[in-house]
Amino acid sequence: MQTLVAYVENKPGVLNRVSSLARRLAINIDSLTVGPTENEEIARMTIVAHTDERGAHRLEASLEKLVDVLLAENISSRALLERDLALIKVAADQQNRPHLMELIKVFRARVVDVAPESLIIEVSGTVDKIDGLLEVLRPFGVLEMARTGRISMTRGNDLLRPPLLEVESSALESAGSGVK
Amino acid sequence: MKLTGAEILCETLTRLGVREIFGYPGGAILPVYDALGKSKLHHVLVRHEQGATHMADGYARASGGVGVAMATSGPGATNMVTGIATAMMDSSPVVCITGQVSSKVLGSDAFQEIDITGITMPITKHNVVVTQAGDVARTIREAFVIARGGRPGPVLVDITKDAQQATTQFDWDACAPKLPPKRIRNNHDQAEFDRAVELLNTAKRPVILAGRGIMLSNAMEAFEKFVRVGNFPVAMTLLGIGGFPAKDPLNLGMMGMHGEAWVNNAIQEADLLIAVGMRFDDRVTGDLRTYAKNARKIHIEIDRAEINKNVKVDAALIGDAREMIENLIPHIETRDRSAWIRYINELKGDSAVRDIQSLPDTGHLYAAHVINDLWKETRGEAIVVTDVGQHQMWEAQYYHHDRPRTLITSGGLGTMGFALPAGIGAKFAKPDSEVWVVVGDGGFQMTMSELATIVQEKINVKIAIINNGYLGMVRQWQEFFYDKRYVATPLVAPDFVALANAFGIRAERITKRTEVTPGIRGAREAGETVLLDFRVEQEDSVFPMVAAGASLHDMIRRPHNPLVETASDA
Repeated sequence: MQTLVAYVENKPGVLNRVSSLARRLAINIDSLTVGPTENEEIARMTIVAHTDERGAHRLEASLEKLVDVLLAENISSRALLERDLALIKVAADQQNRPHLMELIKVFRARVVDVAPESLIIEVSGTVDKIDGLLEVLRPFGVLEMARTGRISMTRGNDLLRPPLLEVESSALESAGSGVK
Repeated sequence: MKLTGAEILCETLTRLGVREIFGYPGGAILPVYDALGKSKLHHVLVRHEQGATHMADGYARASGGVGVAMATSGPGATNMVTGIATAMMDSSPVVCITGQVSSKVLGSDAFQEIDITGITMPITKHNVVVTQAGDVARTIREAFVIARGGRPGPVLVDITKDAQQATTQFDWDACAPKLPPKRIRNNHDQAEFDRAVELLNTAKRPVILAGRGIMLSNAMEAFEKFVRVGNFPVAMTLLGIGGFPAKDPLNLGMMGMHGEAWVNNAIQEADLLIAVGMRFDDRVTGDLRTYAKNARKIHIEIDRAEINKNVKVDAALIGDAREMIENLIPHIETRDRSAWIRYINELKGDSAVRDIQSLPDTGHLYAAHVINDLWKETRGEAIVVTDVGQHQMWEAQYYHHDRPRTLITSGGLGTMGFALPAGIGAKFAKPDSEVWVVVGDGGFQMTMSELATIVQEKINVKIAIINNGYLGMVRQWQEFFYDKRYVATPLVAPDFVALANAFGIRAERITKRTEVTPGIRGAREAGETVLLDFRVEQEDSVFPMVAAGASLHDMIRRPHNPLVETASDA
């Protein structure tokens, strides 16, 4: 599993270009999240792909060839913080509710909706943590679940910022051969 | 100045230096055609939109600039798909402009509405829908920058009819290209560079693999110097042909599936491969597990995504070929490679004896003869545009190109039907050059309607049909690998001479070796298009051949007594 971060133009069709590229390279995407950044014209993607380092290199380099992708970087081998968020609706009656609450506490999850027959639990953390909670909730009856997919960030001073410089490109702008 | 989107498009193309547009009109692009009529741009009316894209591609490949193709929405746009994919696979800078239904009805399945940007997403470098007249100029200017920049490729701009019709203020300076701010990677890695220099200076048996990137970056001069200083033997890819003179003693010839035997053997025995502007396509490597096993590899390549894609390399120099080569030259120490070069010459072995050019004249007409005679008659100076198949390989083997951009051929996609329209495009790019379209009887029938375009435009191209009555390359595979079961390869063709005449084109049928040179001479002397229908040996094959998936040194060679037994011999 390889994790890539990409900064892209925040406009329609870009997600399609990115996912279409992965499909064309026969790389299966495990999770792809996209959201705006502090700059509203730029969106940030975290792509988790089922591939090896060589495949990740090809995906990274091919992504950067897309006009709307400002930067793509394989961060798999760096010190990372990764988070996934899940909403889990679980069956809960009067009898097992206290037991459920215990588990929720252990996982540092929280209850965000209470109904007579069910609870909605919100949990965030690593994929392993959420998978772990899911495992223990399963016997109670998981009625519905929504997960965001992973977002990742490199730790500390290892900054991954979008480029801001305008590229001077007018030299290429003609139909002629440019051959002197 | 207030102009319509359509007028802005024509004005922008004119200012970018476009002279010809290859296209076909229709409802959703009509405002542009109306504006075209008032502009100085010359519109070449094609007979099928696929032809328009191939013409723009041929124009780009012959000129080194950008070719422009135009079509209407719906079927006009979808007909362009094959030509766009062809340009994409061979890194050819083509700008395609398509009309689109009005933005108000987009998504409603309107008449001749199709999502052409969706369709062409994987086969363009970039594509855009323009819905505002005010965006036309900037988008077109950006399209040219993208098409030419880095590794070139096709860009499609889809302009809605209302954007063509709307009027807006036009200010050239205000609509300069404004591409997203990309990260500029510093690809210079001193460690990689030093490793490359060390490999180059210590190699005993080096071979350069020269690709089309040399021509795309105009690196011919630097490349020749590099070869000379290092005394490096050079093997060419199909698309690299012309980037280094065939007559140069260090030019070994073409590599790969139908490469010369000594070239493939030299690659397999090399201790260093220096790949320049090429991408280790399966047609040049054969089985990757046995490919140049003892060779270290240096890859000079502008596209980072190509590094380690098929072949793992020891040193990657990412960037423009000319720049990379110029950086390397001062560090290259001249080495005496005469032993290695002598050895490669020995590898030629009996190749010359097997060569069809050396065989006694039996009265049979072989395609290789036709192409070799064409090379002699044109002194190797013509622009030759080929189609795909056996004749394409014979051209690469027997027409020796000394100058860049004189062989134009569909390599990556292998698009039959490419030759005739691409030849027309090449002629527009180089009106003073002699252009020969070399095409099989199968491929010619795919796009032969463009003969009418030749007549309407009154241009002068020479057409040599290598007519063997089969889809020859597929037949060859059936002969070698399917026990001669010729399913769907025998091919009925019209009388090409009568067909050409029906279009008003001079034509001649040639059936004997003795008629070849006079036929070519007659065609060259004519100040108009001439079609020659060469009736060649039906069941001849291209040798050597590396079967798909076989090792590069594992070649099927032309038998010592190769003349094909035919029914007429009995």
